[in-house]
Amino acid sequence: MQSQLPFSPDQASNFAPHVDDLMLFITLICLFFAVAVTAAIIIFFFKYHRKSPNEVGVPIHGDSRLEAAWMIVPLILAMGMFGWGAVVYVDYRHAPPDALDIYVIGKQWMWKAQQPNGLREINELHVPAGRDVRLILASEDVIHDFFVPAFRVKMDVVPGHYNTMWFRPTKPGRYHFFCSQYCGTNHAIMGGWVTVMEPADYAAWLSGSSGAEANPVVAGEKLFAEKACVTCHVGNGTGRAPSLNGVFGAKVLLADGSTVVADEAYIRESILQPNAKIVAGYQPLMPTFQGQLTEEQILSLTAYIKSLQSQPVPATGSGIAPTTEKR
Amino acid sequence: MHRTGELYGQFETLEQQKETAALGMWVFLVTEVLFFGGMFLTYTINRRAFSTAFGIGSNTLDIKLGAGNTVVLIMSSLTMAMAVWSAQVGKKKLVSIFLIATLGLGTVFLGVKAVEYKQKFDHHLVPGRSFDMKYHPAHPMPGDDLEELDKEKQEVDKAFAVDPDINAHGQLYFSLYFGMTGLHALHMIIGAGLLLWLIKASFAGRFTPQYNTPVEVVGLYWHFVDIVWIYLFPLLYLIDRHR
Amino acid sequence: MPHEDYLNARYGIRSWLLTTDHKRIALLWLGSVTVFFFIGGLFATMIRIHLLTPTGYLVTPETYNKLFTMHGVAMIFFFLIPSIPAVLGNFLIPLMIGAKDLAFPKINLLSWYIYMLGGCFVLYSFATGGLDTGWTFYTPLSSIYSNSAVTPAVIGIFINGFSSILTGLNFIVTIHTMRAPGMTWFRLPLFVWAHYATSLVMILGTPVIAITLLLAGLERMFHLGFFNPALGGDPILFQHLFWFYSHPAVYIMILPAMGVISEIIPTFARKPIFGYSFIAGSSIAIAVIGFLVWAHHMFVTGESVYAALTFSFLSYLVAIPSAVKVFNWTSTLYKGSISWDTPMIYAFGFIGLFLIGGLTGLFLACLGLDIHIHDTYFVVAHFHYIMVGGAVMGYVGGLHFWWPKITGRLYPEALARTAAITLFVGFNLTFFPQFILGYLGMPRRYHTYPPEFQVLNVLSTAGASILALGYLLPMLYLTWSMRYGKVAGQNPWPATGLEWKTDSPPPTENFDVTPEVTWEPYDFKNRPDLGLTAGAPSLAPAHGDD
Repeated sequence: MQSQLPFSPDQASNFAPHVDDLMLFITLICLFFAVAVTAAIIIFFFKYHRKSPNEVGVPIHGDSRLEAAWMIVPLILAMGMFGWGAVVYVDYRHAPPDALDIYVIGKQWMWKAQQPNGLREINELHVPAGRDVRLILASEDVIHDFFVPAFRVKMDVVPGHYNTMWFRPTKPGRYHFFCSQYCGTNHAIMGGWVTVMEPADYAAWLSGSSGAEANPVVAGEKLFAEKACVTCHVGNGTGRAPSLNGVFGAKVLLADGSTVVADEAYIRESILQPNAKIVAGYQPLMPTFQGQLTEEQILSLTAYIKSLQSQPVPATGSGIAPTTEKR
Repeated sequence: MHRTGELYGQFETLEQQKETAALGMWVFLVTEVLFFGGMFLTYTINRRAFSTAFGIGSNTLDIKLGAGNTVVLIMSSLTMAMAVWSAQVGKKKLVSIFLIATLGLGTVFLGVKAVEYKQKFDHHLVPGRSFDMKYHPAHPMPGDDLEELDKEKQEVDKAFAVDPDINAHGQLYFSLYFGMTGLHALHMIIGAGLLLWLIKASFAGRFTPQYNTPVEVVGLYWHFVDIVWIYLFPLLYLIDRHR
Repeated sequence: MPHEDYLNARYGIRSWLLTTDHKRIALLWLGSVTVFFFIGGLFATMIRIHLLTPTGYLVTPETYNKLFTMHGVAMIFFFLIPSIPAVLGNFLIPLMIGAKDLAFPKINLLSWYIYMLGGCFVLYSFATGGLDTGWTFYTPLSSIYSNSAVTPAVIGIFINGFSSILTGLNFIVTIHTMRAPGMTWFRLPLFVWAHYATSLVMILGTPVIAITLLLAGLERMFHLGFFNPALGGDPILFQHLFWFYSHPAVYIMILPAMGVISEIIPTFARKPIFGYSFIAGSSIAIAVIGFLVWAHHMFVTGESVYAALTFSFLSYLVAIPSAVKVFNWTSTLYKGSISWDTPMIYAFGFIGLFLIGGLTGLFLACLGLDIHIHDTYFVVAHFHYIMVGGAVMGYVGGLHFWWPKITGRLYPEALARTAAITLFVGFNLTFFPQFILGYLGMPRRYHTYPPEFQVLNVLSTAGASILALGYLLPMLYLTWSMRYGKVAGQNPWPATGLEWKTDSPPPTENFDVTPEVTWEPYDFKNRPDLGLTAGAPSLAPAHGDD
């Protein structure tokens, strides 16, 4: 696909054409007004140039209808710009459910990415074309930002939060990515390359060099036992804590009657601030693991808990809210 | 040197001068609202996030001293208003008396605050290296109510079990406590300075029904400082109070 | 000149450093903001030279990061925010409303001293290790990770905030209570309206940045956790608190410049401004709505989608009053009698550059587009168009317009027009390429960049050298004119404001007799005292068909 706009990067994601179209739309409207006003000024400048030293202008104090017109018309156009931009943004902020999840960690001054099978990359990101990809972003120190100009997307990476971003690469190739939130001395060299591959090549690449890398699910399962999570979170629901089978992505019923979807943020919060949300029917017994786990370990545990989606859910002893409709 | 009651150079009339001074103080107080407001906002957000630690923090404050101080401050606003009234009706002697009473009450407030601060220092509740919410329950001091202290110990232990970072969150509470009450106390000290200046001027008989703008303007300031405390007291002392 | 004016009323350094005359205080400000402009400009020069090559030409990464930070801090807090209000506002507001001075002259002087104290702290920070956090001081970088002299800088900016607050307070009270008889609200010059709106923003916004920086400074000094996630704090809270002031701050910078333009255009078109009440009202509207848009700086922080939608919507709303001003200024030119004097050239330059700057704000307010252009050179270009192309042009244009009143002298016109055009050309060459750089993906605050961005960077640096010339020339000839310039009369243009009905330079007490206002603003037709209407040919035949 060709670049639509002059002076723009390659279009390599699903968002790129939309962003470029939006850019063109707004540029044309602004160009129109800029040219119109500039032309008027230049014309008036010359046409009404003072002819004699004592000349004065014709006093015209105003025109309410004109004022209304040039408030309402720009407002309508502005709402158009807002609306179109909002549509693109809302799409961008809601990743499709079956996206490929890649974990990305930013720290001063490098990026670590972890592919679904555990394969790790540093300052590189390999993604398959034509597939929705979701990046789950975490920071180990200050605020960073993961920016891929060819995809037209970026998202801040904030310590203490998970942020997610998604895109669907459309054109194989190698594209810059940059850190674009000032983060200290080497902010400008904290970047790398996103490599978009044909799906077959990506699969080959993924399996070809899995080597000694630990599958995060396996690492997470090990941690789950090491940290004694398994002593309370028994799979068949008989433990002091709810079974985690099938919980990821499901609605959990809390003690105060409300429900919450068990996503990555919920899992993370449950590990670090276990008493923030207590599951209905259970006591606030879980200790916190704040300070005892690195971001990567939390991500492995999350990956393991996700893998329990396919495990049988016990009839009692799970925190999942009873469903009255299909999820 | 200017003397009170005289028209300053930039004004056309005494009326303009008086109106200007009052408006100036009102505008200044608006900026103060925004100034304290930032900290109030931070406090509110953090209280919601760390209600356990903040609850314990609130309960370590002495409610008797706090309530007492509130009454003292409200009374000082009354005496201040009386001082303004006295000036307006020309009772010069009363002006001095009421101003001195206001200053006295303000000093009482600051004294009680000093006592409270010292308590916090002794209990290792001042943010910094020696901050430790477990310290006081483990080290009773003379004059402590042992039963109350025991309840506090249980509460703190329970909180630690649930959230080992209670000390960090507790530090947030006390940072805001010292920040907000400290800023408030600073404003009171400035107010005390202003009152001293007014008292000196009132002894010289300078405030008359025609000219009492300084008293009125300082009065506005003093009432504002009082109102800030009326917000601070429930926020810091009363929410989540159960002991 | 035999008569006594504010400049020669008293001599000696004490008469200047202890003055309470608003006009002298304005000149104290002129000196100090110019010094900070030089300092910030020096840093900018070094930045642009460094960016001539992709790998960095001049300084180490650490130094580069300090350069852009200190450039921002010096320019925003110590040049742009005070510039027009403290120099032109202080000098002109009492004159424009017919008063002898501001409401609180001593507080006016105090405001300058507070600024100087704050400036000392910041300069100390610059000199002892510099500052490398970005002028935005995002946490936890500024509160925990940075090893630079953050604390003195934060103290300096905190102190400086009170200078702003006191100036705003002084202006608000003055405009309310010190107007001469007959000077009703709707006879006020639009410069005064602009400063009233600016002052509202100053007094409401500045206390919030004060507290925010205080909290960040305390966090840094005592390892507290308001914004530190490891201690339970939230870095995003800092951003909300920071931008709550810093967005309205940009309106503090541009509203006064718009006020200047609203004075220049009627004067040099010799007719009333078109839509006076709309321009006055739009200033207030900008001040109010400007407080409601701060989180448009945070669209990609992961803030809630609903918040993002709201702030984007409101950001589009705030553009409308600015558009209203531009349309009204342009309409004022219609059927005017336009002269091409230097202030008018600055006004045109302002409109052109503000147009581009303001319109590019629409790009950034667009959520879908912002995902791409946020934190790139697009943003850098946008805000420089407004702050430099807009605010600084307004400031320099205003200096030229009121120079005869302030100094009693005229500057050399041909040289001045040349400088104005040089500035306009240099500015566009410097910053227009940066829009393109931004869309191509070059992030901001980068000491090194991929080689494909070099051509545009070189263009930008080349433009900067012309821009520098455009600034240097006025500094030289304006200074020269103070001694050797042609003596200006009371009202050389002529213009209709009250400030022009007193001597140039004015006497210390401004007016010998308190004026009584009976005329509408910018009324060239009914002001025989301007010396224009006697025998002036009527307009219709001179302009023919319309």
